[in-house]
Amino acid sequence: MDTTKCYHCGDRCDAQHLKFDKKNFCCNGCKTVYEIFRLNDLSAYYDLQSAAGTAPKAVQGKYDYLDTPDIVERLIDFQDDQFQIITLLIPQIHCSSCVWVLENLNKLSAGITHSQVNFPKKEVRITYKHQALSLKELVYLLAKIGYEPTISLQNYEAARQKTDRQLIYKLGVAGFAFGNVMFLSFPEYFDLYAGQGGSEFWLEQYKGLFRWLMFFFSVPVVLYAARDYFRSAYKGLRAKLLNIDVPIALGITVLFLRSTFDIALDWGSGYFDSLTGLVFFLLLGKFFQQKTYAFLSFERDYKSYFPLAVTRISPKDQSEESVQLYKIKKGDHLLIRNEEIIPADSILHSGSATIDYSFVTGESIPIAKSAGEKLFAGGKQLGGAIELEVVKPVSNSYLTSLWQSNVFKQEKTTRFQNITDSIGKRFTIAVLSIATIAAAFWMVYDPGKVMNVFTAVLIIACPCAIALAAPFSLGNILRIFGKHGFYLKNTQTIEQLAQADTGIFDKTGTISSTHKSSISYDGLVLNEQEASLLKNTLRSSSHPLSRKLYAFLADQNIGTLDDFSEVPGFGIEGFQDDEHIKVGSANFVGRPDEALQNDTAIHINANDNYKGRFLFRNEYRPELAEVFETLTYDMNLDLTVLSGDNEGERNTLEKLLPGNTRMFFKQKPEDKMQFIRALQSRDKKVLMVGDGLNDAGALAQSNVGIAVSEDINVFSPACDGILEASGFGKLPEYIKVSRKALGVVKLCFILSLMYNIVGLYFAVTGQLQPVIAAILMPLSSISVVAFATAATSFVARKIK
Amino acid sequence: MSVIYVLLAISLVVALLFFIAFVLSVRNGQYDDAYTPSIRMLFEDDLVKEMPEDTDLNEKKSN
Repeated sequence: MDTTKCYHCGDRCDAQHLKFDKKNFCCNGCKTVYEIFRLNDLSAYYDLQSAAGTAPKAVQGKYDYLDTPDIVERLIDFQDDQFQIITLLIPQIHCSSCVWVLENLNKLSAGITHSQVNFPKKEVRITYKHQALSLKELVYLLAKIGYEPTISLQNYEAARQKTDRQLIYKLGVAGFAFGNVMFLSFPEYFDLYAGQGGSEFWLEQYKGLFRWLMFFFSVPVVLYAARDYFRSAYKGLRAKLLNIDVPIALGITVLFLRSTFDIALDWGSGYFDSLTGLVFFLLLGKFFQQKTYAFLSFERDYKSYFPLAVTRISPKDQSEESVQLYKIKKGDHLLIRNEEIIPADSILHSGSATIDYSFVTGESIPIAKSAGEKLFAGGKQLGGAIELEVVKPVSNSYLTSLWQSNVFKQEKTTRFQNITDSIGKRFTIAVLSIATIAAAFWMVYDPGKVMNVFTAVLIIACPCAIALAAPFSLGNILRIFGKHGFYLKNTQTIEQLAQADTGIFDKTGTISSTHKSSISYDGLVLNEQEASLLKNTLRSSSHPLSRKLYAFLADQNIGTLDDFSEVPGFGIEGFQDDEHIKVGSANFVGRPDEALQNDTAIHINANDNYKGRFLFRNEYRPELAEVFETLTYDMNLDLTVLSGDNEGERNTLEKLLPGNTRMFFKQKPEDKMQFIRALQSRDKKVLMVGDGLNDAGALAQSNVGIAVSEDINVFSPACDGILEASGFGKLPEYIKVSRKALGVVKLCFILSLMYNIVGLYFAVTGQLQPVIAAILMPLSSISVVAFATAATSFVARKIK
Repeated sequence: MSVIYVLLAISLVVALLFFIAFVLSVRNGQYDDAYTPSIRMLFEDDLVKEMPEDTDLNEKKSN
C-alpha cells in the first residue's frame, strides 16, 4: 500500500500523485490551494496544524445566481456605499489553521477588509468592499481554497435569527440582586438579641433603610428574572395542567408579598434573601440545561440544502439564466451541473445522469439514468451537466411534500410531558392541602398565627430543589453524550430515550454503512491481460462507479491505452494492442437481459465476449448484530426495520438479526410516518433511527428520532439527536445510561422531598425564621445539584 | 447625616457600574462565542517565515 499522505488535506495519495515543491499532493485542487497560500505568505497554515486542508471541489457556474442583486440583498447582513458584510456558514471549519487562514483572507484579496470566525458555529463574518470584490467572487475565492460556503434556500427564507441572550440577562439581574440582598441581610443574621429586645441600637436605627433597599433589589427579580415561571404557570393553568412551575410561581409570589408586608408593618426582615437566591438557582439550572451545539442544526429540512437558485434554459433562445427556486414552474427546462442538487421532480431531457440519492435515502452508490427517465428532487448529479424538464414545482415534489404534514408544525416538547411536570401535579395538591390543614389547626389554637403559618408552608415548600434535579442530572448526561459523539437537542430527549419500548430502524445508511460498499465479482475469471486492461481503462474514467471499482481492484501494471472512448451514461471502452474491453451498463456490453435486474452493477465485456459483472452492495455495520441482540434481549425493545428498498436484502437481514425483528420493505416516507403513528396510538413509545431526508417525517413523528450521520457537519434531517456513525455500536449503552439517569432524577426528588419535610416541620409549627429559610433553601438546592452531577457522572463512566 | 448613607451610596454605585458593564458586554456579543478567542490568542502576530530558496515557486513569483 502506498501510504503517502497529501500535504494539504491528509488524504492518502494514490500511485499517480503530484509532486510539487518537494511535497506530495493527492490532486490538482490541493496543489492549487497550496500554491495560493504559498504565494500569499499564508503557508503558516500548515505549521499550525498539518494537513489541515480540504480538497476544493469544482464549482464552475454553481454560484452564478449571486450576480442577481435581489438575492445578494437578502443574504448580506449590512451594506453601505462602500462595504458589505456577510456571514457565511462554512462546514469545513475544523481546526485552528482554518480559523487562521479565514481571518487572514485580506491577504488573498485586497477587497476584503476584515473577517472574523465564529468557530463553534462554523461561521465567518466577512467585511468587503463590494466595488472591488463582488459576493460571487468572494464565494469563488473561498471555494478555491477549499472553504466553500453553504448557501441554501434556508439562508434566504429565514430572517437572520437573533441570538437569544434573555437568559443571560435574567441570570445577571438575579445574581446581582441575590448578592446585594445577602449582603444587606447580614446585619439581621448576626443581630442575635433582637428577639429578646436587646437589639443593637445601631442596627435598630438603620433597619428600615436596609430592608427597603432589599425590597427594591427584589422587584426586578420578581418582575423580570422570574417572568418565565409566571408565564409557564399561567399557560399550564389555562391548559388545566399543574406543572412544576405552578408551585414555583406560587412560592415566589407568596415570598414577595409576605416579605413586603413584613417590612411594611415592621413584623420582621422578610425573606428577600431566599427569594432572590431561589430565582438565581432556578435560572442557573435552566442555563445549565441549555447546552446547545451551535454547529449542529436539529431543525433542518430540505430547504437547508437545496440551492437558492438554479440555471434555467430559456425556451426561446436557449440562453441560460439564474432563477430563484420558488419561481420554477412545471415545464421549465433546467441545467444541472456536476455536484448540483435536483430541486424538483423532473424528467431527464438530455445528458448522462448519475444521481447520488444519499441525502434522501442514505444510498451512496449513484444510480445511472438515461433520457426520458424520471428524476426525484433531492438527488445530486455527479458527472457532466444534464438538462431536465420540471414536472412538479419544488414544494409539491415527492420529497418536499412530506413537509406539508402537521408533525412538522408542532414542537415536540409540547407533545410529551416531562418527568418534573408529571410530579408537579401531586406536589402542588399536597402542598396546598398541608398549608390549609396547618392553617385550620392554628385557626383553632392561635388565630394570630394563621397567615404566618399558611405563607410559611408555601414558601418553604417551593420546589426549587425538585426543579433543579432534572436540569442538572440530564444536562450533565447531555454533555457526556456530546463528548462521545452523540448530540442531543435537549434534555427531554434523554427522558424519551429512556422510556422507549419500540425501536424502528431505517436500512440504507442507518444499519448499513454508506462509505463502505462491498464489491463482488460474478462471472468468468479474467486473465491477467484483461485484468490489466480493465484497470487501465477504469483509470481514465471519472465516473463515480469507475473510481470505486478502480480503488477496489488489485494494482496492475500501469500502461497507456492505445485508444479510449466514453459513452456518457452507458460505459467506457479501452483498446491496447489486440485487446479491447467494454465496461459499463448491461445494454452497453450487449446483454440487455441483465439490465432488468435491480442491482447496481458494472458489466464487463472483453474482446466481444461477455465476462461477468461487478456487483456493488452496501455493507452492514459490523456492530449491527450485536446492537440488535442487546436491544431485543437485554433491554426489551421491539425492533422493526423499515426500508424503502425492495426485498432483495430480506434473507441476509433475517440471518443477521434476532428472530423477532420485523421487517417491512418498499416503505415510502409517508408509510414510515404512518407506521409510527399507528404504534403510538397503541401507547408505544417509539425510538426512530434514520438518516436521510426520507426519514424526516418518521423522525419527527416518533417520540425520539435519532439521525445517524457519517459526517455530522454535512447534513442530517430534522431530529432530536445526531449520532456519529462510528458510535452506532454504543446505542444500547446510551439507552441504558439514559434509563439510569432517570433513576438518578427520581432519587433527587426523594432527597429534596426530605428537605421539604424538615422545612415543613418549622413552617407548620410556626417557627420559620427568615434565617432558617435562607439556610435551608440554598442547602437543599446545592446538595441536590451536587448529588445529581456526581451520580450521573458515575452512571455514565462506562461509556467509552 | 450619617456616614452610612455615603458608604451605602458608594457601594451601590460601584455595584451598579459592574452590572451595567456586564449587560453591555452581553449586548456586544462577548458571550456569544466563548471558544474562538481561545484559539485566536495563540496565533503569532507574524507567522510568515522566510521562503526557502529552493522552492518551485520562486520563479513563479518573479514572473
